[in-house]
Amino acid sequence: MSEGGNEFIVRFENVGLRYGLGPEVLQDIYFELGAGSFHFLTGASGAGKSSLMKLMYLAMRPSRGLVSLFGRDMAITPRTKLPALRRRVGVVFQEFRLLNHLSTFDNVALPLRVAGVRENELKGQVEELLSWVGLQNHMKARPPTLSGGQQQRVAIARAVIARPRLLLADEPTGNVDDRMAYRLVHLFEELNRLGTTVVIATHNQQLVDRLGHPEIRLEAGKLRMLSNSQGGIERKTAADGSPVAPFDPEVLNYL
Amino acid sequence: MFFRRIDIALDQDAHARFLPLLIAFMVYLAILAVAGIMVLNHSIERWDKGISGTLTVQIPPPQDSAINSDATTSAVNDALRVLSNTPGVLNAEVLAEDETLELLRPWLGELAGQADLPLPRLIDVAIDRESGVDTQALSRQLSVSVPGASVDDHRVWLDRLVRLLKTVELIALGVVAVIGFVTIGTVIFTTRTGLALHSEAIQVLHLIGAHDNYIARQFAGRALWLGLKGGLVGLIFCVPTLLAIGYLAERMQIEAIPNISLGVPQMVAIIVLPLIVAGIAMVTARVTVLRTLARMP
Repeated sequence: MSEGGNEFIVRFENVGLRYGLGPEVLQDIYFELGAGSFHFLTGASGAGKSSLMKLMYLAMRPSRGLVSLFGRDMAITPRTKLPALRRRVGVVFQEFRLLNHLSTFDNVALPLRVAGVRENELKGQVEELLSWVGLQNHMKARPPTLSGGQQQRVAIARAVIARPRLLLADEPTGNVDDRMAYRLVHLFEELNRLGTTVVIATHNQQLVDRLGHPEIRLEAGKLRMLSNSQGGIERKTAADGSPVAPFDPEVLNYL
Repeated sequence: MFFRRIDIALDQDAHARFLPLLIAFMVYLAILAVAGIMVLNHSIERWDKGISGTLTVQIPPPQDSAINSDATTSAVNDALRVLSNTPGVLNAEVLAEDETLELLRPWLGELAGQADLPLPRLIDVAIDRESGVDTQALSRQLSVSVPGASVDDHRVWLDRLVRLLKTVELIALGVVAVIGFVTIGTVIFTTRTGLALHSEAIQVLHLIGAHDNYIARQFAGRALWLGLKGGLVGLIFCVPTLLAIGYLAERMQIEAIPNISLGVPQMVAIIVLPLIVAGIAMVTARVTVLRTLARMP
């Protein structure tokens, strides 16, 4: 990787965004996310959370200002370079956005296939991850036949299969009960411990308060508060000082 | 290669089902047009080779057929003398009477064998077109030396026929061009509909880092497959049609159309045509998708 650990994964400077000729939905946004940080993105509906997420997963370009991802200024990054950057960003979309005609396995394999990973190499990875999220018996099932919670796990598996450096989740707890929401956030924390920078957009203030991660708050398109701009939560290690095992069996219990 | 796995559910598109049918029809028409062009070309070439170097001098039979053949013979000799003195004439050969009768047989049938018909004498003249024989001057000169003699320059009617056939050929080429445009237009329409129908899947692929090529390849592969399917059907339906036309032409025994059957190169061209159409479908789909995707950030 070209960027060092001290560099910012995401940097916004004076960013504004408008749709067409409409008013600016985001105004004068400044913030930075350090490598390995964990943030909640909060704000009322319509405050611009999804728009900010879209800028981060490169679904849109800002109307003004600087958006920098992995140390690259998006304004001067040619369009042909964007797919490679997008592969380093895992996204759990608000409505999951699974491809309904593909099996669970194929949905999760998609980011690897898009990146040109061979079938014989990806098979093991996808199966391992699907077992990890408890879907080993649903590999051939199509998303419409799965429950909401199962679909969510497929969406998460798809977001993390390619080991992204930045994980974005847009209202991942929106459709599930509190219990599930809590489990889910723990799963993201687990990934964060492995070094992934995580941003979770949510309007579940209870969840935010309970977990105590720094918070990015949007109010009417403006970034009002960045409770911990240093980013980066403490890396948890096992008692003997070694890093936590990649696939902590405990995580399965959350699911 | 293009049967690689497809992430977009293009094979479930009802709107694309008519594409092979349309391509089959287009290929069918294109093959007929191309076969027509090739047969015409072949005929023109043959006539050009066979006829352009000759003309025929015709000496009418004497008014009183009872009297003599001596007068005719001397007229023929006069004509031959004029011909041999004309620069550019390579050879002049008098057709024997039974040869002349043979030429008439297609029109008169058995009647041609009854000898008391007053027959003109015909001189088959080989000329060198390159030396620029003035057939009109020759005709004038002959009619002075041999009253009633006339020169039949095949070139005149051949030129007219060739011009007619060239026009027909141009029309056929135009038909092929229209077929091409219709195919391209239909594939563009089908692809755009597919892009709209699958915009969600395409956006997801785009956002998880798919290159435009990755997405375009799926559409192009699908278009190629549909094109090949349609092309094959069109080709299969063309075979009986071409055979029927050949059979009818043979039965009509039109001497002017000497050879309507197709040679190996023509066969190859006809077999390649569906492949070309499928290739056009593939490239069109690819370009259409890439252009649309270029508008995404």
